[in-house]
Amino acid sequence: MATVFSPYAWLVPAFPFVAFAVLTAFGRSLSRTGAWLATAGTFLSLVLSLVIAIERMTGAAEDYRGGYEWLRIGDFSLPFGFEVTNLAALMLVVVTLVAFLVNLYSLGYMKGDDRISVFFAYVSLFTFSMLGLVLADNLLLLYIFWELVGVCSFLLVGFWYQKPEAKAAAKKAFIVTRIGDIGLLIAILLLFWYMPDHALDFVSLHNVFDPQNGGTISLGITTLIALLIFLGAAGKSGQFPLHVWLPDAMEGPTPISALIHAATMVAAGVFLVVRTFDVFEASQAAMDTVAIIGAFTAIFAATIGLAQNDIKRVLAYSTVSQLGYMMLALGVGSVPGAMFHLFTHAFFKALLFLGAGSVIHAVHTQDIREMGGLGRRMKITAWTFGIGALSLSGIPPLAGFWSKDAILAAALADRPWLFVVGAIAAFFTALYMSRLFFLVFFGKPRGEHGAQAKESPGVMTFPLLVLAALAVVAGFANTPWNGWLGQWLTGNAEADHASALAIVVSVAVGLLGFYIGWLVYVKGAVRRDVLSSRLPGVVRLLERKYYIDELYAWLFVRPLRALGDALTAFDTHVVDGAVRLVGAAANGIGKLNTRLQNGQLQTYGLAGLLALVVLVVAIAGRRFW
Amino acid sequence: MSMLASYLTLAAVLFCIGFYGVLTKRNAIIVLLSIELMLNAVNLNLVAFSKYGVNPALTGQIFSLFTMTVAAAEAAVGIAVLIVLYRSKATVNADEFDELRR
Repeated sequence: MATVFSPYAWLVPAFPFVAFAVLTAFGRSLSRTGAWLATAGTFLSLVLSLVIAIERMTGAAEDYRGGYEWLRIGDFSLPFGFEVTNLAALMLVVVTLVAFLVNLYSLGYMKGDDRISVFFAYVSLFTFSMLGLVLADNLLLLYIFWELVGVCSFLLVGFWYQKPEAKAAAKKAFIVTRIGDIGLLIAILLLFWYMPDHALDFVSLHNVFDPQNGGTISLGITTLIALLIFLGAAGKSGQFPLHVWLPDAMEGPTPISALIHAATMVAAGVFLVVRTFDVFEASQAAMDTVAIIGAFTAIFAATIGLAQNDIKRVLAYSTVSQLGYMMLALGVGSVPGAMFHLFTHAFFKALLFLGAGSVIHAVHTQDIREMGGLGRRMKITAWTFGIGALSLSGIPPLAGFWSKDAILAAALADRPWLFVVGAIAAFFTALYMSRLFFLVFFGKPRGEHGAQAKESPGVMTFPLLVLAALAVVAGFANTPWNGWLGQWLTGNAEADHASALAIVVSVAVGLLGFYIGWLVYVKGAVRRDVLSSRLPGVVRLLERKYYIDELYAWLFVRPLRALGDALTAFDTHVVDGAVRLVGAAANGIGKLNTRLQNGQLQTYGLAGLLALVVLVVAIAGRRFW
Repeated sequence: MSMLASYLTLAAVLFCIGFYGVLTKRNAIIVLLSIELMLNAVNLNLVAFSKYGVNPALTGQIFSLFTMTVAAAEAAVGIAVLIVLYRSKATVNADEFDELRR
């Protein structure tokens, strides 16, 4: 069936880009109108994305490719094009929907900020870049947008640049993801080198790495390329050992944490792996690495999340952990599982972050020890946050349960020990979410602002309600007995991973985790400090995030600083010294000349006489040589 | 020939005295006078060559007459310049005339 709307897919990123351009040009004079303008731009994108997605769902439309030739170097031609596949259509809907809701929410959250138009300009630029990344039809174009979203993340994390922590966090986010980006760049260069005709578009990648035409590129190179791509994905998606930037990125405004650092940009790493999945499938070693790193990150970040006291940091570690789940799913070969979890996670994690923002807006603190009892004062926030928490904890029949179950079932079918790791991580997830939820919304108000907390305005609660609804129903897109989403995405009926064991275990660990949280933080049946008094070392280790930051500071930052200092010293003393020496020499010669040029005609005459004498002596003396 | 040598020597001595005066004297009028001395040394040379030179001719003497005329004009202009300078700077000290430096 021919497609009607897919050829216009390039308009989806165009709307936010126009909004960005207008806001950048006239932002100062627009202020609040500009914010509405950005929201309207994103809304248009959302409508178009929905139309495209619905069209592709109802009729089995073919993939659409459009664009034009960007560069031609010899035989190599680089297209500047977009590609609409079912995967891209799904991502378009997720990105535009979350971006639209976050825009709407920010109208309330950022109200009164002096730089509100700058904020919305950045958000629009980010939305444009993210949509471009989703639509890009070749790796190089994807890389450009990949860097653009990184820049936007940097700008928005450091949005409140007056705070030194925000500045440091922005730099950290940029530099750490940079490490991954270098990996991706090298992977692209290797692909350029080894691919037939230097093709970098995804269709050629798919064809070359298809097992049926295997052997075009040797296994070693394939593994290397896959691992380098994964390095890029790990940097963006906060996988161990490059996860350190994501929790610090919470210094940015909360809507940004919801949009960039929970729902969309950090999922770009997962999306990249999905997009280049053929490369990974061609190398078992790469798949193993992805699975193991993903599983390790899932459990590692979940344990840290247990001991954090900053509401946003708990959610940030939860994001890292959930992204680990997605990587785990990819590592065991389940693209539908990963994309499904990405899809549901985008909704419930954006919901949780926006809910956290609503709480922070009300009590002006991020420390959960100073909250409490907010459930009665902020009913909508509490209910929607609760739904998000339950969804994330994997309680049926909410969305998070179905997607997590899909991943666990896939892991069980592929490698049972990864299933065990995933189940333990799911238990921790339920535990830290219940701790967070009960500490914030139950009990007595502990902080100074808690008693006067008010519900946020409608422009902020509306997105919460929409996302809460989605966090409930999104899971039914792909249940064990109806793999519709997976089939739509991959085009073939997925081998059914449904397993009763996986369902039972994932329900059990979720409920158990939540029950323990309830016992500890509501009922008080177990004393809160039971663990910290018995095992202070473990709790400290978790609180300090396994000392990873300290380790990196000692291992990388300090040697690099020392090197930098040495080079600075060389620069200031040797290089600058040479420059200064040249300057001083010219200056000295100039001074000498001013002494000669004293304006006294008689001195000039004397100099002329002396010169004449010298000349005469020289000419006369030549005769005797 | 010996006559020519003594004239030339005298002229050289005269020229050197004049040149010395130009370089060392602080009073601008003395400097001007010294320049006249140098010119006259040249005149002496011209006359000496016209009488005792290899090809004695009247041309040299005529030439020296011209030089004297021009020197008179030059002295008039020079003195006029000095008077203007004196009016503007209230001095004839050559050291003070260092406008070239600025």
